[in-house]
Amino acid sequence: MILHPAALALLLIALLVSGLGIYAGYYGVRILARWDPVSGSEEQLELERRTYLISTIMSYILSFELMSLFLFVYTADDLHTLFTGAMCAAGTLAVNPFGYPALLIKIVNFLLAGVWLIVNYADNKGYDYPLIKIKYELLNLLVPLLALECCLLFAYFAGIKPNIITSCCGSLFSRESVSLGGNLSSLPHLPMQMAFFSGMIITALSGLYYYLRGRACYLFSISATVTFLISTTSIISFICLYFYELPTHHCPFCLLQKEYYYVGYLLYATLFSGAVAGIGAGLLMPFRKIGSLLHIIPGIQRSLTLITLVCYLIFSLITVWKIVFSALKLG
Amino acid sequence: MIELSRITKSFNSGKPNQFTAVDNVSLVINPAQITVFKGPSGSGKTSLLTMIGCMARPTSGRIFLRGVAAAVPFQQEGAESVEITSLPERFLNEIRRSTFGFIFQQFNLVKGISSLENVMLPAYPTGEGRALFRARALNLMEQFSISRLAGQQVELLSGGELQRVAIARALINNPAIIVADEPTAHLDSKLSQEFMEIAGRLKGEGKSVLIASHDPIVFDSPLVDSLIEMRDGAVDASRGRR
Amino acid sequence: MKNVQKAIERHLNILEFTLASLLRRKAKNLSLLAMYLLVVFMLASLQFFVTALKREAAIILDDAPDMVVQRLMAGRQDLVPGSYASEIALIKGVTAVRPRLWGYYYDALNGANYTIMASDDPTAVAERASIGSGIARSRNLAVGDLLPLISYDKNPIMLEIGTIFPSGSDLIAADLIMITPEDFHKLFNFPSGQATDLAVTVHNPKELPTVAAKVASQLPDSRPILKSEIMRTYQSIFDWRGGMTLVILTTSLLSFIIFAWDKATGLSAEERKEIGILKSIGWETSDVLLLKLWEGTVISLTAFLLGVVLAYWHVFFLSAPLFAQALKGWSVIYPRFQLIPVVDAYQLTILFFLTVVPYTTATVIPCWRAATIDPDAAMRY
Ligand SMILES: Nc1ncnc2c1ncn2[C@@H]1O[C@H](COP(=O)(O)OP(=O)(O)OP(=O)(O)O)[C@@H](O)[C@H]1O
Ligand SMILES: [Mg+2]
Repeated sequence: MILHPAALALLLIALLVSGLGIYAGYYGVRILARWDPVSGSEEQLELERRTYLISTIMSYILSFELMSLFLFVYTADDLHTLFTGAMCAAGTLAVNPFGYPALLIKIVNFLLAGVWLIVNYADNKGYDYPLIKIKYELLNLLVPLLALECCLLFAYFAGIKPNIITSCCGSLFSRESVSLGGNLSSLPHLPMQMAFFSGMIITALSGLYYYLRGRACYLFSISATVTFLISTTSIISFICLYFYELPTHHCPFCLLQKEYYYVGYLLYATLFSGAVAGIGAGLLMPFRKIGSLLHIIPGIQRSLTLITLVCYLIFSLITVWKIVFSALKLG
Repeated sequence: MIELSRITKSFNSGKPNQFTAVDNVSLVINPAQITVFKGPSGSGKTSLLTMIGCMARPTSGRIFLRGVAAAVPFQQEGAESVEITSLPERFLNEIRRSTFGFIFQQFNLVKGISSLENVMLPAYPTGEGRALFRARALNLMEQFSISRLAGQQVELLSGGELQRVAIARALINNPAIIVADEPTAHLDSKLSQEFMEIAGRLKGEGKSVLIASHDPIVFDSPLVDSLIEMRDGAVDASRGRR
Repeated sequence: MKNVQKAIERHLNILEFTLASLLRRKAKNLSLLAMYLLVVFMLASLQFFVTALKREAAIILDDAPDMVVQRLMAGRQDLVPGSYASEIALIKGVTAVRPRLWGYYYDALNGANYTIMASDDPTAVAERASIGSGIARSRNLAVGDLLPLISYDKNPIMLEIGTIFPSGSDLIAADLIMITPEDFHKLFNFPSGQATDLAVTVHNPKELPTVAAKVASQLPDSRPILKSEIMRTYQSIFDWRGGMTLVILTTSLLSFIIFAWDKATGLSAEERKEIGILKSIGWETSDVLLLKLWEGTVISLTAFLLGVVLAYWHVFFLSAPLFAQALKGWSVIYPRFQLIPVVDAYQLTILFFLTVVPYTTATVIPCWRAATIDPDAAMRY
C-alpha cells in the first residue's frame, strides 16, 4: 500500500463515484420496476423527481471520471521513480496485474457515462419519458463497472510496493515483447497508417454525408467507433514514434509528459470526446421514430456528428502535422 | 380555453389518512373572462387551482389547455390543445412559465431583495436577456405606479404596494392566464376593490383571470363572468352562476 | 446558436441571483466558508510542504555520489578499511573511489546535532572551518569568528570560520561543518587508514547495479548503496509521512463533509420558503439545482483559492510552523528555514480532488432535496 496523496485522492474519488453509482443504480432498479407514466400517484411523482437526482449524479460521475482518468495516468507517471526499471506510467502500471485493467475500465466507464448522458439528454427532450427503460438498463450496466473500477484501483494501489522491479515502456511496448502492448507496437507501420487514415476519411465522409443529407447515420457511428479503436492502436503503433522521434519507442503515456508539451492530453481528450459523440449518435438511431422524439433526435445526432467531426479533425491535424514535421521518417 | 375532465386529487393515497381534496371535477373555463371559485375553507379551491396552473398533477383525470399551443415548445400529436396531466415536470413547467402568472394570498415575495428584482424573478430561468425583461419589469411597475419603489426592499412596503408588486411579477412573462388564490384576504375593502379593477383591466387585455376567494367584494363584483361554487372537493352545480 | 445564447443567459441570470442570495445569508455561509477554508488550508500546507521537502532532498542528492559503499559489522555500520577502496577501484567500469570521513557532533550548548565532514579540498587550511548558515545563525557567528568544539578527549578545538555556506535551500548544508581530514581525526580520535564510507564513481550509470553486485560479492561485509535507491527511499518516506498526516487530516476532512452535509440538509425555514416561492413562480427543479450548483461552486472556489493562497504563504513565507516539527523532525537549528516555492497543477488537482469533490458529493443529495420542494407548497404559506 502506498500513501501517496494522489493515490489517496484517486481512491477517494473511486469510492465516491461507485457510492454515487450504487445509489443511482438502486433507484434505477426501482424506476424500472415501478415506472408508470400515466399514473399521477405519489409514488410515480417521487420516482420522476428521482430522475433529476440521477441525472445530476451521472453528470458528476462523468466529470469525476474524466478528471480522475487523467489524474490516474499522471500519477502513474509521477510514481515511476519508486520502481526500478520504470521510466513512465507504462512501467508503474505494470508493477502488478491490476494497473492496466484499472486503466482500461476507467476508459470504458468514461465512455459509458458519456453515452448515458447523451441518451438522458434526448430522453429529457421528449414529453413522455420515451427512453426511460433503455436509460436505466444502461445505468444498470454501468454501476457494476463503476464498482469494479473501485475494487481494481484499490487492489492496484494496495499491491504497490516500492522497489519492485518492473519493465517499462521500452520493453512492454517493444516489438519483441509477447504482451498485448508488444503485439500492438509490432503492427507494421504502413498498413496501420493506411488503416488510420482510411478510418478517418470514411468517418469524415460519412459524417459529412449524414450532417448534410441526414442519411447513413449507422455507417457514420460504426466508422467513428472503429476509427476510435484504430486510432488508439495507431498511437502505440506509429503516431507516438513521430513525437518521440525514435523508431522504437512505442509508449502511449510518455506523450503526456512535459517534454512533449502535454500533447497527449489534447490527443486523448479529442479522441475520447469524438468517440463518445460518435457512439451516442448511433445509439440514438433506433429511437428516432418514437413520436415524441421525432423532431428532436435528428437535431441531437447532427450536433453529435459535428462534435465527432471536429474532434477527429483536430486529432488528425495534430497527427499529420507531426508526421510531416517530425525529424523521424518511417519507411 | 381550459377543460377539466373528471379531475381527482388524493393525498396520502393508500394510507389510512387518505384524503380526497378534489373529487371528480369536470368543467370548462372560457378565455378572456374572470372566473371565481367560491366555497368554504377546505373545499379544494386551492388544490384545483394548483392543478390547473400546472403546479401539481391530478391523481386521475385530464386537463386540456386550448389555444396555448403556440407557447408550448413541442408538438403533441394532433394538437391544437395540450393535455397537461401526463407531462413530465419540466414540460409542465415550460407551459406554466409561459402561460400562467400567479398571485398568492401572502404575496410570497422574496425578502432581502428589491421589488424590481422580485418582479423580474420569474424571468431568470427563461434564458431571456436580462436587459429585455428588466425593461419590461420597469414598464409594468410604471403601469401600477410603483416605479418609485423599484430599488426598495420588499420588507418595507405596505400591503397595497406588496400586492401591486406581486401582480407585476405575475405579468412579467406575459402570461395568458392569471391565477390568484385569495388575493384580497390581507387587504382592506378599498384595496380589494382596486384589485378587482386591475383584474378587469387584465380581462380587457384578453387575459383569463382565475380567482379563488371567499371575499364578497370579489365574487359579488359585476366584473366576474362566471362563478363556480365548490363544496367538499366537488363543484356544486346548483349554485354556480354564468 | 440561439439555444446556446439562451443557455448562457439562463446561467448568468441564475448566477447573479446566487451571488445575491449568498450575500443575503452571510452568517450561515461564512461559517461554512471558514470551515472549508481551514480544511483546504491544512491539506494544501501539508501538500506544499512535503513536495518542497521532496524537491529539496532531490537537489541534495543531485550532488551525491552515484554509489556509496559501507561496511557492516554485526549488522551495524562500521569503518571501512583503506584496502577496500583499492580493491573496488580494480572492478571494471569503476572510475574513482573516494574514501569519505564524516560524523555527527552533539553541541551541548544549544542541543543541536551538527554534521562534520572532512573536506577533499587539498587547499583546505587546518583549524579553519566552513559552516552552514543554520549554525552561523544559531551560534551567532560571522566569518573570522572562532567556533570552539570539544574533542573526544575533552580538549577544545578552536576553528576559525572561513566561509559560511550561502543560506540557500539546502537542508543538509544548514547544519554542516567542513574541516580538514587532520582536524577530523583530531576531533573524533578517528583511526587513520579508515573511512566512514566510500564514494564510488562509475563510468556508465547503467552499469551501477552490476558494479554494486560485484562489490557485494567480492567484499561480503560491504553494503553498496545506490543513489537511486536513496532517492526512492526518501521519496517513499516523504510520501509515507505525508500520507500518514494526510490520513489524520482526512478525519478532519470527514467531519467537514458531515458538516457540509448538515449545512446543506438543514435548510432554514426561510430558505425553504424562498425555494418554494421560486418554484411556484416558474422555476423548475433543474433551475433550482443550477442555483444550488452555482452556490456550491462559488463557495468551493472561494474556499479553495483562499485556502491555497494562505497555505502558500504559510509554507513558503512562514516556513510551515504548523508542520515543521512533526514532519522534518530533524535538528533544532532550522528556525528560519526557507523552502523554495514549488507549486504545480498536479498538486492543485490533487488538492481539488481531496476537498472540492467530496464537498460536491456530500451536497448533491441535500441540494436535490431542496430543489424538489413542491411548487404548490407556496400556495399554503
Ligand atoms: N399536501 C396535503 N396533504 C394532505 N392533505 C392536504 C394537502 N394539501 C391540502 N390538503 C387538504 O385538502 C383539502 C383542500 O385543501 P385546499 O387548500 O384546496 O382548500 P381551500 O378550498 O383552498 O381552502 P381555503 O379556503 O381554506 O384556502 C384540505 O382539507 C386540506 O387539508
Ligand atoms: Mg386555499
